[in-house]
Amino acid sequence: MAQVLREVEESPAAHAVERVSVGVLASIGRRVSDSFEYMGGLTMLTWETLKTILRLRIRFAETLNQCYLLGYQSLIIVLLTSLFTGMVFSLESALTAVQYGFGSFVGGIVSYTVVRELGPMLSAVVVAGRCCAAIAAELGSMEVTEQIEALKSLGLAPVRFLVVPRLLALMIMLPLLTIFADVVGVKGGQWIAYVQAHIGTQDFMASARQTVGFDDVVKGLFKSLIFGIVIAMIGAYEGLTTTGGAAGVGKSATNAVVTCIIVIFILNFIMSYFLYAGA
Amino acid sequence: MSFGERVVLQNCSLEVPEGSIICIIGLSGAGKSTILRLLDGLLLPNSGHVYLHQHDICHIRESQLIEMRTKIGFAFQFAALFDSMTVGENVSLPLREHTTLTEKEIHEIAMHTLDSVGLAHTYHNMPSELSGGMLKRAGFARAVVTNPEMVLYDEPTTGVDPIVTHLLTDTIKRLRKELNSTAVVISHDLQSIYMMADYVAMLFEGAIIAYGTVEEVRKSTNPIVQQFLQGSEVGPIPL
Repeated sequence: MAQVLREVEESPAAHAVERVSVGVLASIGRRVSDSFEYMGGLTMLTWETLKTILRLRIRFAETLNQCYLLGYQSLIIVLLTSLFTGMVFSLESALTAVQYGFGSFVGGIVSYTVVRELGPMLSAVVVAGRCCAAIAAELGSMEVTEQIEALKSLGLAPVRFLVVPRLLALMIMLPLLTIFADVVGVKGGQWIAYVQAHIGTQDFMASARQTVGFDDVVKGLFKSLIFGIVIAMIGAYEGLTTTGGAAGVGKSATNAVVTCIIVIFILNFIMSYFLYAGA
Repeated sequence: MSFGERVVLQNCSLEVPEGSIICIIGLSGAGKSTILRLLDGLLLPNSGHVYLHQHDICHIRESQLIEMRTKIGFAFQFAALFDSMTVGENVSLPLREHTTLTEKEIHEIAMHTLDSVGLAHTYHNMPSELSGGMLKRAGFARAVVTNPEMVLYDEPTTGVDPIVTHLLTDTIKRLRKELNSTAVVISHDLQSIYMMADYVAMLFEGAIIAYGTVEEVRKSTNPIVQQFLQGSEVGPIPL
Protein backbone atom coordinates (compact mmCIF):
# COMPACT_ATOMS: atom_id res chain seq x y z
CA MET A 1 0.00 0.00 0.00
CA ALA A 2 2.81 2.40 1.01
CA GLN A 3 4.64 1.50 -2.20
CA VAL A 4 1.55 2.38 -4.28
CA LEU A 5 1.07 5.68 -2.46
CA ARG A 6 4.73 6.62 -2.99
CA GLU A 7 4.44 5.87 -6.71
CA VAL A 8 1.32 8.03 -6.98
CA GLU A 9 3.02 10.90 -5.13
CA GLU A 10 6.05 10.77 -7.41
CA SER A 11 4.10 10.46 -10.67
CA PRO A 12 4.26 13.39 -13.18
CA ALA A 13 0.49 13.87 -12.83
CA ALA A 14 0.84 14.41 -9.07
CA HIS A 15 3.61 16.94 -9.65
CA ALA A 16 1.46 18.78 -12.20
CA VAL A 17 -1.47 18.91 -9.77
CA GLU A 18 0.86 20.22 -7.05
CA ARG A 19 2.26 22.91 -9.36
CA VAL A 20 -1.24 24.02 -10.40
CA SER A 21 -2.43 24.08 -6.76
CA VAL A 22 0.57 26.15 -5.68
CA GLY A 23 0.03 28.47 -8.64
CA VAL A 24 -3.66 28.97 -7.81
CA LEU A 25 -2.90 29.58 -4.12
CA ALA A 26 -0.11 32.03 -5.01
CA SER A 27 -2.45 33.87 -7.38
CA ILE A 28 -5.18 34.10 -4.72
CA GLY A 29 -2.62 35.25 -2.16
CA ARG A 30 -1.32 37.92 -4.51
CA ARG A 31 -4.82 39.21 -5.24
CA VAL A 32 -5.71 39.34 -1.54
CA SER A 33 -2.43 41.11 -0.77
CA ASP A 34 -3.02 43.59 -3.65
CA SER A 35 -6.56 44.27 -2.41
CA PHE A 36 -5.35 45.05 1.10
CA GLU A 37 -2.59 47.25 -0.30
CA TYR A 38 -5.18 49.11 -2.42
CA MET A 39 -7.56 49.60 0.50
CA GLY A 40 -4.72 50.67 2.78
CA GLY A 41 -3.42 53.18 0.26
CA LEU A 42 -6.89 54.54 -0.44
CA THR A 43 -7.62 54.90 3.27
CA MET A 44 -4.35 56.73 3.90
CA LEU A 45 -4.96 59.10 1.00
CA THR A 46 -8.51 59.79 2.22
CA TRP A 47 -7.26 60.42 5.75
CA GLU A 48 -4.54 62.75 4.50
CA THR A 49 -7.10 64.63 2.38
CA LEU A 50 -9.61 64.98 5.22
CA LYS A 51 -6.83 66.22 7.54
CA THR A 52 -5.90 68.87 4.98
CA ILE A 53 -9.55 69.99 4.73
CA LEU A 54 -9.93 70.12 8.51
CA ARG A 55 -6.84 72.35 8.69
CA LEU A 56 -8.66 74.60 6.19
CA ARG A 57 -5.76 74.38 3.74
CA ILE A 58 -8.11 74.81 0.80
CA ARG A 59 -7.53 76.41 -2.60
CA PHE A 60 -10.92 78.03 -3.08
CA ALA A 61 -10.45 79.24 -6.67
CA GLU A 62 -9.38 75.79 -7.82
CA THR A 63 -12.27 74.21 -5.89
CA LEU A 64 -14.72 76.48 -7.75
CA ASN A 65 -13.04 75.59 -11.03
CA GLN A 66 -13.45 71.89 -10.23
CA CYS A 67 -17.12 72.49 -9.27
CA TYR A 68 -17.59 73.80 -12.80
CA LEU A 69 -15.60 71.03 -14.51
CA LEU A 70 -16.83 68.06 -12.51
CA GLY A 71 -20.30 69.27 -11.50
CA TYR A 72 -21.76 71.82 -13.87
CA GLN A 73 -20.43 70.07 -16.96
CA SER A 74 -22.07 66.82 -15.82
CA LEU A 75 -25.49 68.46 -15.47
CA ILE A 76 -26.89 67.71 -18.93
CA ILE A 77 -25.92 64.04 -18.92
CA VAL A 78 -27.29 63.58 -15.38
CA LEU A 79 -30.58 65.30 -16.31
CA LEU A 80 -31.01 63.23 -19.49
CA THR A 81 -30.28 59.96 -17.69
CA SER A 82 -32.62 60.80 -14.86
CA LEU A 83 -35.40 62.07 -17.13
CA PHE A 84 -35.52 58.94 -19.25
CA THR A 85 -35.16 56.62 -16.25
CA GLY A 86 -38.10 58.35 -14.51
CA MET A 87 -40.09 58.15 -17.73
CA VAL A 88 -39.41 54.48 -18.38
CA PHE A 89 -40.12 53.60 -14.75
CA SER A 90 -43.44 55.42 -14.97
CA LEU A 91 -44.19 53.80 -18.34
CA GLU A 92 -43.70 50.32 -16.86
CA SER A 93 -45.64 50.97 -13.66
CA ALA A 94 -48.46 53.35 -14.64
CA LEU A 95 -50.37 51.13 -17.08
CA THR A 96 -50.15 48.09 -14.82
CA ALA A 97 -51.16 50.11 -11.76
CA VAL A 98 -54.18 51.58 -13.56
CA GLN A 99 -55.14 48.12 -14.84
CA TYR A 100 -55.28 46.83 -11.25
CA GLY A 101 -56.91 49.98 -9.87
CA PHE A 102 -53.80 51.43 -8.17
CA GLY A 103 -53.41 54.42 -10.50
CA SER A 104 -53.46 56.88 -7.65
CA PHE A 105 -50.29 55.32 -6.19
CA VAL A 106 -48.13 55.77 -9.29
CA GLY A 107 -46.86 59.22 -8.24
CA GLY A 108 -45.78 57.82 -4.89
CA ILE A 109 -44.12 54.76 -6.39
CA VAL A 110 -42.17 56.73 -8.98
CA SER A 111 -41.03 59.56 -6.69
CA TYR A 112 -40.27 57.17 -3.81
CA THR A 113 -37.96 55.12 -6.02
CA VAL A 114 -36.41 58.12 -7.75
CA VAL A 115 -35.68 60.09 -4.56
CA ARG A 116 -34.43 57.16 -2.48
CA GLU A 117 -32.53 55.08 -5.04
CA LEU A 118 -32.48 56.06 -8.69
CA GLY A 119 -31.64 59.75 -8.27
CA PRO A 120 -28.60 59.35 -6.02
CA MET A 121 -27.30 56.18 -7.64
CA LEU A 122 -27.79 57.08 -11.29
CA SER A 123 -26.24 60.50 -10.76
CA ALA A 124 -23.30 58.85 -9.01
CA VAL A 125 -22.82 56.24 -11.73
CA VAL A 126 -23.00 58.85 -14.50
CA VAL A 127 -20.61 61.20 -12.67
CA ALA A 128 -18.32 58.26 -11.89
CA GLY A 129 -18.17 57.35 -15.57
CA ARG A 130 -17.38 60.91 -16.56
CA CYS A 131 -15.38 62.36 -13.67
CA CYS A 132 -13.66 59.42 -12.00
CA ALA A 133 -11.99 58.55 -15.31
CA ALA A 134 -11.15 62.22 -15.89
CA ILE A 135 -9.56 62.61 -12.45
CA ALA A 136 -7.58 59.36 -12.78
CA ALA A 137 -6.41 60.24 -16.30
CA GLU A 138 -5.46 63.82 -15.42
CA LEU A 139 -3.56 62.94 -12.26
CA GLY A 140 -2.13 59.83 -13.93
CA SER A 141 -0.73 61.82 -16.83
CA MET A 142 0.69 64.33 -14.34
CA GLU A 143 2.34 61.43 -12.51
CA VAL A 144 3.96 59.91 -15.60
CA THR A 145 5.16 63.32 -16.87
CA GLU A 146 6.83 64.08 -13.49
CA GLN A 147 4.41 66.94 -12.73
CA ILE A 148 3.49 65.40 -9.37
CA GLU A 149 7.20 65.18 -8.49
CA ALA A 150 7.59 68.77 -9.68
CA LEU A 151 4.83 69.82 -7.25
CA LYS A 152 6.62 68.08 -4.39
CA SER A 153 9.96 69.58 -5.41
CA LEU A 154 8.36 73.04 -5.21
CA GLY A 155 7.36 72.28 -1.63
CA LEU A 156 3.69 71.81 -2.51
CA ALA A 157 1.64 68.85 -1.30
CA PRO A 158 -0.18 67.09 -4.16
CA VAL A 159 -3.03 66.23 -1.77
CA ARG A 160 -3.73 69.89 -1.00
CA PHE A 161 -3.04 71.04 -4.52
CA LEU A 162 -4.90 68.39 -6.51
CA VAL A 163 -7.01 66.05 -4.39
CA VAL A 164 -8.71 68.45 -1.95
CA PRO A 165 -10.31 70.69 -4.63
CA ARG A 166 -11.67 67.64 -6.50
CA LEU A 167 -13.00 66.03 -3.35
CA LEU A 168 -14.71 69.20 -2.16
CA ALA A 169 -16.14 69.87 -5.62
CA LEU A 170 -17.73 66.44 -5.79
CA MET A 171 -18.96 66.61 -2.18
CA ILE A 172 -20.76 69.84 -3.07
CA MET A 173 -21.84 69.19 -6.64
CA LEU A 174 -23.02 65.57 -6.54
CA PRO A 175 -25.80 66.25 -3.98
CA LEU A 176 -26.80 69.31 -6.04
CA LEU A 177 -26.89 67.22 -9.20
CA THR A 178 -28.96 64.64 -7.34
CA ILE A 179 -31.56 67.28 -6.42
CA PHE A 180 -31.88 68.17 -10.11
CA ALA A 181 -31.98 64.47 -11.03
CA ASP A 182 -34.76 63.85 -8.47
CA VAL A 183 -36.88 66.72 -9.79
CA VAL A 184 -36.40 65.84 -13.46
CA GLY A 185 -36.92 62.12 -12.84
CA VAL A 186 -40.21 62.71 -11.00
CA LYS A 187 -41.39 65.26 -13.58
CA GLY A 188 -40.58 62.86 -16.43
CA GLY A 189 -42.49 60.12 -14.66
CA GLN A 190 -45.41 62.47 -14.07
CA TRP A 191 -45.57 63.42 -17.76
CA ILE A 192 -45.51 59.79 -18.96
CA ALA A 193 -48.13 58.82 -16.34
CA TYR A 194 -50.37 61.54 -17.73
CA VAL A 195 -49.75 60.73 -21.42
CA GLN A 196 -49.90 56.94 -21.14
CA ALA A 197 -52.27 56.25 -18.24
CA HIS A 198 -54.14 59.57 -17.97
CA ILE A 199 -53.14 60.01 -14.35
CA GLY A 200 -53.66 63.68 -13.54
CA THR A 201 -50.80 65.92 -12.44
CA GLN A 202 -52.49 66.77 -9.16
CA ASP A 203 -53.19 63.10 -8.36
CA PHE A 204 -49.61 62.17 -9.22
CA MET A 205 -48.11 64.93 -7.07
CA ALA A 206 -50.52 64.34 -4.19
CA SER A 207 -49.47 60.70 -4.09
CA ALA A 208 -45.81 61.74 -4.30
CA ARG A 209 -46.16 64.21 -1.41
CA GLN A 210 -47.97 61.62 0.69
CA THR A 211 -45.32 58.95 0.10
CA VAL A 212 -42.00 60.82 0.05
CA GLY A 213 -40.94 62.59 3.23
CA PHE A 214 -38.27 65.22 3.76
CA ASP A 215 -36.10 62.59 5.45
CA ASP A 216 -36.14 60.50 2.26
CA VAL A 217 -34.71 63.44 0.34
CA VAL A 218 -32.07 64.07 3.01
CA LYS A 219 -31.06 60.40 3.10
CA GLY A 220 -30.78 60.37 -0.70
CA LEU A 221 -28.54 63.44 -0.55
CA PHE A 222 -26.44 61.83 2.19
CA LYS A 223 -25.86 58.90 -0.16
CA SER A 224 -24.77 61.34 -2.86
CA LEU A 225 -22.31 62.94 -0.50
CA ILE A 226 -20.71 59.56 0.23
CA PHE A 227 -20.70 58.69 -3.49
CA GLY A 228 -18.97 62.02 -4.18
CA ILE A 229 -16.21 61.11 -1.74
CA VAL A 230 -15.87 57.64 -3.29
CA ILE A 231 -15.60 59.00 -6.85
CA ALA A 232 -13.03 61.66 -5.96
CA MET A 233 -10.86 59.44 -3.81
CA ILE A 234 -10.80 56.40 -6.12
CA GLY A 235 -10.08 58.63 -9.13
CA ALA A 236 -7.31 60.45 -7.25
CA TYR A 237 -5.77 57.28 -5.84
CA GLU A 238 -5.72 55.54 -9.21
CA GLY A 239 -4.22 58.66 -10.79
CA LEU A 240 -1.53 59.18 -8.18
CA THR A 241 -0.44 55.53 -8.30
CA THR A 242 -0.19 55.42 -12.10
CA THR A 243 2.92 53.81 -13.55
CA GLY A 244 3.91 52.84 -17.06
CA GLY A 245 3.39 55.81 -19.37
CA ALA A 246 0.39 56.31 -21.63
CA ALA A 247 -0.75 52.70 -21.30
CA GLY A 248 -0.64 53.09 -17.52
CA VAL A 249 -2.83 56.20 -17.70
CA GLY A 250 -5.45 54.32 -19.73
CA LYS A 251 -5.31 51.41 -17.30
CA SER A 252 -5.73 53.72 -14.32
CA ALA A 253 -8.74 55.46 -15.88
CA THR A 254 -10.43 52.13 -16.65
CA ASN A 255 -9.64 50.70 -13.20
CA ALA A 256 -10.94 53.86 -11.56
CA VAL A 257 -14.33 53.70 -13.30
CA VAL A 258 -14.79 49.96 -12.81
CA THR A 259 -13.78 50.05 -9.14
CA CYS A 260 -15.83 53.16 -8.50
CA ILE A 261 -19.05 51.78 -10.02
CA ILE A 262 -18.70 48.49 -8.13
CA VAL A 263 -18.09 50.35 -4.85
CA ILE A 264 -21.07 52.64 -5.51
CA PHE A 265 -23.42 49.67 -5.99
CA ILE A 266 -22.14 47.90 -2.88
CA LEU A 267 -22.26 51.07 -0.75
CA ASN A 268 -25.74 51.88 -2.06
CA PHE A 269 -26.99 48.55 -0.77
CA ILE A 270 -25.26 48.95 2.59
CA MET A 271 -26.53 52.51 3.06
CA SER A 272 -30.07 51.61 1.95
CA TYR A 273 -30.03 48.74 4.44
CA PHE A 274 -29.01 50.94 7.35
CA LEU A 275 -30.93 54.06 6.34
CA TYR A 276 -34.23 52.50 5.29
CA ALA A 277 -34.45 48.94 6.60
CA GLY A 278 -34.96 50.13 10.17
CA ALA A 279 -37.60 52.60 9.01
CA MET B 1 19.05 52.56 -2.33
CA SER B 2 16.93 49.89 -3.99
CA PHE B 3 13.66 49.59 -5.89
CA GLY B 4 12.18 46.25 -4.99
CA GLU B 5 14.97 43.73 -5.37
CA ARG B 6 16.98 45.95 -7.73
CA VAL B 7 19.81 47.71 -5.91
CA VAL B 8 20.52 51.05 -7.61
CA LEU B 9 22.98 52.76 -5.26
CA GLN B 10 25.31 50.96 -2.91
CA ASN B 11 28.22 52.35 -0.87
CA CYS B 12 27.64 55.59 -2.71
CA SER B 13 29.21 58.62 -1.10
CA LEU B 14 29.28 62.05 -2.71
CA GLU B 15 30.02 65.48 -1.33
CA VAL B 16 28.72 68.53 -3.19
CA PRO B 17 30.98 71.54 -2.52
CA GLU B 18 28.99 74.70 -1.82
CA GLY B 19 28.93 77.24 -4.64
CA SER B 20 30.21 74.85 -7.32
CA ILE B 21 28.77 73.12 -10.35
CA ILE B 22 29.12 69.39 -10.01
CA CYS B 23 28.21 67.12 -12.91
CA ILE B 24 27.30 63.50 -12.39
CA ILE B 25 28.00 61.20 -15.32
CA GLY B 26 27.31 57.53 -15.79
CA LEU B 27 25.57 54.93 -17.91
CA SER B 28 21.83 55.10 -18.48
CA GLY B 29 20.05 53.49 -15.54
CA ALA B 30 23.10 53.86 -13.30
CA GLY B 31 21.12 55.80 -10.66
CA LYS B 32 22.06 59.41 -11.50
CA SER B 33 18.47 60.70 -11.34
CA THR B 34 18.01 58.73 -8.12
CA ILE B 35 20.84 60.78 -6.56
CA LEU B 36 19.03 64.02 -7.52
CA ARG B 37 15.78 62.75 -6.01
CA LEU B 38 17.60 61.76 -2.83
CA LEU B 39 19.12 65.25 -2.61
CA ASP B 40 15.65 66.80 -2.92
CA GLY B 41 14.05 64.38 -0.45
CA LEU B 42 11.73 63.03 -3.14
CA LEU B 43 13.14 59.60 -2.37
CA LEU B 44 14.37 58.30 0.95
CA PRO B 45 17.24 55.81 1.03
CA ASN B 46 16.69 52.32 2.43
CA SER B 47 19.81 52.91 4.48
CA GLY B 48 22.37 55.69 4.75
CA HIS B 49 22.03 59.43 5.09
CA VAL B 50 21.66 62.59 3.01
CA TYR B 51 22.99 65.71 4.67
CA LEU B 52 22.11 69.26 3.71
CA HIS B 53 24.01 71.83 5.78
CA GLN B 54 24.75 69.16 8.39
CA HIS B 55 21.01 68.27 8.68
CA ASP B 56 20.10 64.69 7.87
CA ILE B 57 17.08 65.13 5.59
CA CYS B 58 16.19 61.43 5.85
CA HIS B 59 14.97 61.88 9.41
CA ILE B 60 13.01 65.12 9.34
CA ARG B 61 9.27 65.74 9.44
CA GLU B 62 7.24 66.26 6.25
CA SER B 63 6.74 69.95 7.09
CA GLN B 64 10.52 70.40 7.48
CA LEU B 65 11.05 68.57 4.21
CA ILE B 66 8.66 70.94 2.46
CA GLU B 67 10.49 73.91 4.00
CA MET B 68 13.81 72.44 2.87
CA ARG B 69 12.55 71.94 -0.69
CA THR B 70 11.81 75.63 -1.02
CA LYS B 71 15.60 76.15 -0.81
CA ILE B 72 16.27 73.68 -3.60
CA GLY B 73 15.30 74.15 -7.24
CA PHE B 74 14.71 71.14 -9.45
CA ALA B 75 14.80 71.39 -13.24
CA PHE B 76 13.29 68.19 -14.58
CA GLN B 77 14.46 66.36 -17.69
CA PHE B 78 11.25 67.12 -19.61
CA ALA B 79 10.63 70.39 -17.71
CA ALA B 80 7.47 68.97 -16.02
CA LEU B 81 5.66 72.29 -16.38
CA PHE B 82 2.03 72.11 -15.27
CA ASP B 83 0.18 71.92 -18.56
CA SER B 84 -3.01 73.49 -17.21
CA MET B 85 -1.13 76.73 -16.42
CA THR B 86 0.61 79.30 -18.60
CA VAL B 87 4.38 79.57 -18.50
CA GLY B 88 4.05 82.70 -16.36
CA GLU B 89 1.74 80.95 -13.89
CA ASN B 90 4.17 78.03 -13.69
CA VAL B 91 7.05 80.33 -12.83
CA SER B 92 4.94 82.41 -10.43
CA LEU B 93 3.56 79.39 -8.56
CA PRO B 94 6.37 78.92 -5.98
CA LEU B 95 6.31 82.66 -5.20
CA ARG B 96 2.52 82.66 -4.89
CA GLU B 97 2.54 79.65 -2.56
CA HIS B 98 5.58 80.39 -0.42
CA THR B 99 5.84 84.17 -0.16
CA THR B 100 3.63 87.05 0.87
CA LEU B 101 4.55 89.15 -2.17
CA THR B 102 1.83 91.09 -3.95
CA GLU B 103 0.58 89.98 -7.36
CA LYS B 104 2.44 92.89 -8.97
CA GLU B 105 5.72 91.89 -7.32
CA ILE B 106 5.21 88.24 -8.24
CA HIS B 107 4.56 89.23 -11.85
CA GLU B 108 7.70 91.38 -11.93
CA ILE B 109 9.94 88.67 -10.45
CA ALA B 110 8.50 85.95 -12.70
CA MET B 111 8.93 88.19 -15.76
CA HIS B 112 12.51 89.05 -14.74
CA THR B 113 13.35 85.36 -14.22
CA LEU B 114 11.83 84.41 -17.56
CA ASP B 115 13.78 87.25 -19.14
CA SER B 116 17.01 85.89 -17.64
CA VAL B 117 16.47 82.66 -19.62
CA GLY B 118 15.34 84.57 -22.73
CA LEU B 119 11.66 83.69 -22.45
CA ALA B 120 9.94 86.88 -21.27
CA HIS B 121 7.78 86.84 -24.41
CA THR B 122 6.30 83.43 -23.49
CA TYR B 123 4.74 84.58 -20.19
CA HIS B 124 1.18 84.06 -21.45
CA ASN B 125 1.88 80.98 -23.57
CA MET B 126 0.82 77.50 -22.59
CA PRO B 127 3.65 74.92 -22.20
CA SER B 128 2.28 72.99 -25.20
CA GLU B 129 3.09 76.00 -27.40
CA LEU B 130 6.83 75.90 -26.55
CA SER B 131 9.67 74.00 -28.25
CA GLY B 132 11.78 71.46 -26.36
CA GLY B 133 14.60 73.91 -25.65
CA MET B 134 12.19 76.64 -24.55
CA LEU B 135 10.42 74.18 -22.23
CA LYS B 136 13.72 73.31 -20.58
CA ARG B 137 14.56 76.99 -20.09
CA ALA B 138 11.08 77.64 -18.66
CA GLY B 139 11.74 74.71 -16.30
CA PHE B 140 15.02 76.39 -15.28
CA ALA B 141 13.14 79.64 -14.62
CA ARG B 142 10.62 77.90 -12.35
CA ALA B 143 13.46 76.11 -10.52
CA VAL B 144 15.40 79.29 -9.77
CA VAL B 145 12.61 81.85 -9.28
CA THR B 146 12.80 81.62 -5.47
CA ASN B 147 16.61 82.11 -5.46
CA PRO B 148 17.33 78.61 -4.12
CA GLU B 149 20.61 77.67 -2.45
CA MET B 150 20.99 74.65 -4.69
CA VAL B 151 19.63 73.84 -8.15
CA LEU B 152 19.36 70.28 -9.45
CA TYR B 153 19.34 69.80 -13.22
CA ASP B 154 18.21 66.43 -14.57
CA GLU B 155 19.69 65.92 -18.05
CA PRO B 156 19.25 69.55 -19.12
CA THR B 157 20.78 69.12 -22.56
CA THR B 158 19.25 65.81 -23.60
CA GLY B 159 17.20 65.90 -26.78
CA VAL B 160 18.09 69.41 -27.96
CA ASP B 161 20.25 70.61 -30.85
CA PRO B 162 23.90 71.72 -30.33
CA ILE B 163 23.04 75.44 -30.40
CA VAL B 164 20.36 75.05 -27.73
CA THR B 165 22.73 72.77 -25.77
CA HIS B 166 25.28 75.60 -25.75
CA LEU B 167 22.59 78.09 -24.73
CA LEU B 168 21.36 75.85 -21.88
CA THR B 169 24.91 75.23 -20.65
CA ASP B 170 25.57 78.96 -20.64
CA THR B 171 22.29 79.54 -18.81
CA ILE B 172 23.22 77.06 -16.07
CA LYS B 173 26.61 78.73 -15.59
CA ARG B 174 25.11 82.22 -15.55
CA LEU B 175 22.30 81.30 -13.15
CA ARG B 176 24.76 79.70 -10.75
CA LYS B 177 26.81 82.90 -10.78
CA GLU B 178 23.80 85.23 -10.45
CA LEU B 179 22.19 83.23 -7.64
CA ASN B 180 25.50 82.37 -5.97
CA SER B 181 24.08 78.89 -5.57
CA THR B 182 25.27 75.31 -5.94
CA ALA B 183 24.32 73.31 -9.02
CA VAL B 184 24.17 69.56 -9.44
CA VAL B 185 23.85 68.56 -13.08
CA ILE B 186 23.21 65.17 -14.58
CA SER B 187 24.29 64.96 -18.16
CA HIS B 188 25.63 62.67 -20.85
CA ASP B 189 26.85 65.59 -22.92
CA LEU B 190 30.58 65.62 -22.31
CA GLN B 191 31.22 68.85 -24.20
CA SER B 192 28.76 70.79 -22.07
CA ILE B 193 30.12 69.13 -18.92
CA TYR B 194 33.66 70.22 -19.81
CA MET B 195 32.27 73.74 -20.36
CA MET B 196 30.48 74.18 -17.07
CA ALA B 197 31.62 71.68 -14.43
CA ASP B 198 33.81 72.54 -11.48
CA TYR B 199 33.74 68.92 -10.40
CA VAL B 200 32.75 65.69 -12.12
CA ALA B 201 31.62 62.48 -10.45
CA MET B 202 31.22 59.23 -12.31
CA LEU B 203 28.67 56.73 -11.12
CA PHE B 204 29.10 53.08 -12.00
CA GLU B 205 27.25 50.05 -10.60
CA GLY B 206 25.80 52.06 -7.74
CA ALA B 207 29.00 53.71 -6.52
CA ILE B 208 31.04 56.81 -7.34
CA ILE B 209 34.16 55.45 -9.05
CA ALA B 210 35.76 58.77 -10.02
CA TYR B 211 35.53 62.25 -8.56
CA GLY B 212 37.52 65.41 -9.14
CA THR B 213 37.91 68.42 -11.34
CA VAL B 214 37.27 68.04 -15.06
CA GLU B 215 40.99 67.64 -15.75
CA GLU B 216 41.46 65.11 -12.96
CA VAL B 217 38.61 62.94 -14.21
CA ARG B 218 39.74 63.23 -17.83
CA LYS B 219 43.20 62.05 -16.79
CA SER B 220 41.81 59.20 -14.68
CA THR B 221 43.58 55.90 -15.18
CA ASN B 222 40.40 53.97 -14.40
CA PRO B 223 39.62 51.99 -17.60
CA ILE B 224 35.87 52.31 -16.96
CA VAL B 225 36.11 56.12 -16.84
CA GLN B 226 38.28 56.19 -19.96
CA GLN B 227 35.93 53.91 -21.87
CA PHE B 228 32.95 56.09 -20.91
CA LEU B 229 34.69 59.37 -21.81
CA GLN B 230 35.89 57.98 -25.15
CA GLY B 231 32.52 56.43 -25.91
CA SER B 232 34.25 53.21 -26.85
CA GLU B 233 32.49 49.86 -27.19
CA VAL B 234 35.71 48.08 -26.18
CA GLY B 235 36.52 47.97 -22.50
CA PRO B 236 35.40 46.71 -19.12
CA ILE B 237 31.88 48.24 -19.26
CA PRO B 238 29.47 45.42 -20.19
CA LEU B 239 27.22 46.38 -23.12
